Amino acid sequence: MRSRTPRRMGAMGLTALALLFLATGCGPEYIVLNPAGPVGREELHLIELSTILVLIVIVPVLALLAFIVIRYRDRPGNKAGYTPEWSESKWLEVVWWGIPIVIVGLLGYYTGKSTFSLVQPPEKDVKPITIQVTSLDWKWLFQYPDQKVATVNYCEIPTGVPVQFVLTSDAPMNSFWVPQLGGQEYTMPGMAMRLWLQADKPGSYFGTGANFTGKGFAHMHFQVVAKSDSEFNQWVQQVKSSSPALTMAGYNKLKQPGTMGTASYSSYPKNLFDKIVWKNGGRYMPDMMMDQGLDANMPGMSGMGSQTSKDSNTHS
Amino acid sequence: MALAEKHVTPGGSARASSIEYRDPHQSVRIMGFWLFLSTDMLLFACLFATYLVVRTHTDGGPTPHEIFDVPGFTIETFLLLTSSFTGGLATLAMRNGHKKQLMAWLIVTMLLGLGFVGLEIQEFVADVAEGATMQRSAFLSAFFTLVGTHGSHVSLGIGWMFITLLQVARRGITAVTARKVFIVNLYWHFLDVVWVFIFTVVYLSGVVM
Amino acid sequence: MPQWLHTFGDQYLMWNEGPLIWISDVLILLTGFGIVFVLTYFKKWGWLWREWLTTVDHKKIGIMYLIASLLMMFRGGVDALLLRTQLAVPNNHFLDAEHYDQIFTTHGTIMILFMAMPFIFALFNIAVPLQIGARDVAFPYLNAISFWLFFFGALLFNISFVFGGSPDAGWVSYPPLAGPEFDKGPGENFYLLALQISGIGSIGTGINFLATILKMRAPGMTLMRMPLFTWSVVATSLVIIFAFPALTVALALLLLDRIVGTHFFTMAHGGDPMMYINLFWIWGHPEVYIVIMPAFGVFSEVVATFSRKRVFGYTSMVASLLLISVISYFVWAHHFFTMGAGADVNTFFAVASMAVAIPTGVKIFNWLFTMFRGRIRLELPMLWTIAFVPCFAIGGATGVMLAAAPADYQYHNSYFLIAHFHQVLIGGVVFGMLAGMYYWWPKMFGFKLDDRLGRYAFWFFNIGFYVCFMPQYALGFMGMQRRMYVYPADMGWNTLNLVSTIGAYLMGIGFLFIVAQVLYSIKYGERDVTGDIWDGRTLEWSLPSPVPHYNFAVIPTVTSRDAWWEMKQTGQIQALRPSADEIAPIHMPKNSGRPFILSACFFVAGFGFVFEWFWLAALGLLGVVICLILRAFEYDDEYHIPPHEVVETESALGRL
Repeated sequence: MRSRTPRRMGAMGLTALALLFLATGCGPEYIVLNPAGPVGREELHLIELSTILVLIVIVPVLALLAFIVIRYRDRPGNKAGYTPEWSESKWLEVVWWGIPIVIVGLLGYYTGKSTFSLVQPPEKDVKPITIQVTSLDWKWLFQYPDQKVATVNYCEIPTGVPVQFVLTSDAPMNSFWVPQLGGQEYTMPGMAMRLWLQADKPGSYFGTGANFTGKGFAHMHFQVVAKSDSEFNQWVQQVKSSSPALTMAGYNKLKQPGTMGTASYSSYPKNLFDKIVWKNGGRYMPDMMMDQGLDANMPGMSGMGSQTSKDSNTHS
Repeated sequence: MALAEKHVTPGGSARASSIEYRDPHQSVRIMGFWLFLSTDMLLFACLFATYLVVRTHTDGGPTPHEIFDVPGFTIETFLLLTSSFTGGLATLAMRNGHKKQLMAWLIVTMLLGLGFVGLEIQEFVADVAEGATMQRSAFLSAFFTLVGTHGSHVSLGIGWMFITLLQVARRGITAVTARKVFIVNLYWHFLDVVWVFIFTVVYLSGVVM
Repeated sequence: MPQWLHTFGDQYLMWNEGPLIWISDVLILLTGFGIVFVLTYFKKWGWLWREWLTTVDHKKIGIMYLIASLLMMFRGGVDALLLRTQLAVPNNHFLDAEHYDQIFTTHGTIMILFMAMPFIFALFNIAVPLQIGARDVAFPYLNAISFWLFFFGALLFNISFVFGGSPDAGWVSYPPLAGPEFDKGPGENFYLLALQISGIGSIGTGINFLATILKMRAPGMTLMRMPLFTWSVVATSLVIIFAFPALTVALALLLLDRIVGTHFFTMAHGGDPMMYINLFWIWGHPEVYIVIMPAFGVFSEVVATFSRKRVFGYTSMVASLLLISVISYFVWAHHFFTMGAGADVNTFFAVASMAVAIPTGVKIFNWLFTMFRGRIRLELPMLWTIAFVPCFAIGGATGVMLAAAPADYQYHNSYFLIAHFHQVLIGGVVFGMLAGMYYWWPKMFGFKLDDRLGRYAFWFFNIGFYVCFMPQYALGFMGMQRRMYVYPADMGWNTLNLVSTIGAYLMGIGFLFIVAQVLYSIKYGERDVTGDIWDGRTLEWSLPSPVPHYNFAVIPTVTSRDAWWEMKQTGQIQALRPSADEIAPIHMPKNSGRPFILSACFFVAGFGFVFEWFWLAALGLLGVVICLILRAFEYDDEYHIPPHEVVETESALGRL
């Protein structure tokens, strides 16, 4: 066993890595690697690029380790060189300071480029739609400021249209993540943050909360349903005609800790989202509110956050 | 302490002219104290950062402009800056071997410090009476915490200086008591520097804002 | 049962939560009684007090740190197994949400703060004074205080399990979730106060070791002749000094929010939770370098010793340590790329985070080339070091991948991240600490740990590691996020989770082998009679094992790097052996019970604050003040060992 030790170690690491990437190449359950929109694709490209770049270092390291440990074992009769005092080599040092610097430089460049591009809408020619997302304990509220409808724990979007999600929280901070459409962004109380996503093809995409918010957190999944423009408009009309309205009292009830299924609302209180952001601290960041197209100058705050019974653990 | 007399880096002997550095056992402690002060400085830096982030977050409650009392904090500043000076005089007296002078300056320093703390408490009590409590808004939380942390440092410093004074009275100026006086004075000057920042960042800019 | 007892039992002892708690209570009581009984029966109370509780000897303090961290590794490991058991199958009912949340919180907190931190401090204490030729640290009394503050901090944290309730907001404890609005009850207070108390101790250790290394080196030991482990302690101490105050402030302000009602991080009244996150990570990221750099130091020592070769690129090794400690302050925001910072900020922190890989990569190559053209002996310390290289290289690589901000939008809080940081923390820190433990164990105790059992432990732990964590990378790509106590069955996550759980159990078996190895070796381990069992290179190996309590009878004079190795090569080891006429009286610090009592008072105060029993807190703080005043008036805290006693000890060791 002793003589095989190092080889096994190296082999194990390599195999694990290889298996990982083989496995990830296929299989629809690897949703991060099967993006359904331009944002997810851009991020996948960066994932691939960074993987290749780090492999440039990792593979030689593992190979060298295996080679060295095998060759320079302290065995009787080992004829390999032994230079106990040799401890400096300017050229070798230049190589292994230099190569990582080049790699980090390259990856840094593409990272910066991609970071800057992702704050822009993925498609400039199409008029985007906006969805305001509020994370609550433990559910997701979606409001459509243009369509004036609201949903809970699911949302529908038109395909091929950039969607501007504006995110906040009226509970501990969570994170809004729809892996197949693209990476996540936090929902933070008092802040309104923008996340651009877009679906290219119709489908139902898994969405989830990604930052721990307490007892009901594990149940905070939702579906993002992408459908063609006309089907989307049909859906909006249907919600408008057949769903109840969300009232202020209804919202305060929704806010109570608990989990629930999906729901749709034909309307919601005026400026609800703006008020949520404003009262949780958005008023101290008027620039941020205006950037997101919110009302940075809230008048009366009637009915908001007056009663927040924090202890109730009702699972509705 | 397990420090052999001879195996100390040369830095100690270069400053051997001052009594507090002469004994290598003591000079290593002075160095340790400098390291401690750097942690304390960072602690204050974090409190300052917090204050700067939330100083406009008044939640409709009292603003800096409304609660800061210009004559009050000016006198506080005057007292503390003067006490730092008298603390320096105490160190000088110690180096010259004048025990009585040293004790006298320490007492003056402590009295000035007490005056400072007294005024600060008065200021806090007045604020609270006007409804400006630390539970009222983030701004007030940060204000009371930052200034209060400094104030409790000063109070601690007064107690510490008193204890050092007792030791000087009993034992005279020795390598050990000299180091203790020196360190408590370092601490005192440090608090003075922190106050200068509080004075400008909190009070002056608050009044101007 | 009287009503008050019922209320007390449910409120503080959580008796209403069922058998898990009852069993724990019984076990703890039994263990407690057992310890008391053994100590009384063998009349060991006096011994415990004189030899351990009051000691200021760095070697004994190091041993206590080591024992504590192994115990905490057990507790944290049990937590991990409970978590993995819950996740073995979808929609499991083994734990409910509350318990799962508590357990992952305590797992993370314990492993970082009460396992990794004391483990590195154990090695600091054991090795540094011996490596630099000193008789103790600069401030032995403070060193004892640091240990006992850590100890009582850890005790306070662990008590929450059976008294009052554990924290449950994650080891990062972000408000508003951990704030007064959403988390009532004492659990979070336990977290805040336990970390605060042990954090004070950590700051003390950082100051102490920096002063020790800067001021107390043997004559001739210039900075660039210091062993690399000592260099890693310099870098670590600097980072501790500059990072821990931020944690102190973050914890203190959150505590104020919770028990005084201030509004630093609340949602209402202008609080700003983001401020906590910044403060926490300004400490939190440097913290991971605090725990990894000593491991780097260990590897540098072990690689050179077991390759019988000078460490390669010493200057680069020192430079990279210092570079890592500087960069560590400019990467904290990579923990929240997804919290709405601008593209410019994210790009800056992304590139800075990747840049850490440069000096780290340099170190890996230098270790490899230390082995190159050496003679590699696969003793246990070396085995763990070799295992470290691939593990840490892959962990580092995934770290670079995570640093690419837009890619992080997909990895953040997913199991990809979990796999990454376990790979660097286990593959780096735990492997490093174990290597260090095996390496210096003979120096501490005078015997070697059994090789065969150690190899079983090694293989179980290593194979278990890959089985446990490789699937988690894949789970991350499947969209599984952390901290879910149940997961749906239809996501394709089932098999990999089961595999991962099996791996965790294999690691658990590995740990049991380490325990068995220690117990077995106490009786049967190979005795170290030379003091230089590994054919070492640095000064600690010139001393007998275990080291006499004054360390060096005569302070050595150092003329080169790898001082002991050089002297062995040139046949001058007599230069490091004392001669009777050179031996002078030795100054030593006296033992003191006050560090223990002082820290116990901190514990009482902390306990009072946890339950907001302010009278108790005041009482504890009063005790602290009294201890400090008594210390101020204490002048007689040193003594001399007369030369004849040293001569006797040294002769008995055959060194004269």
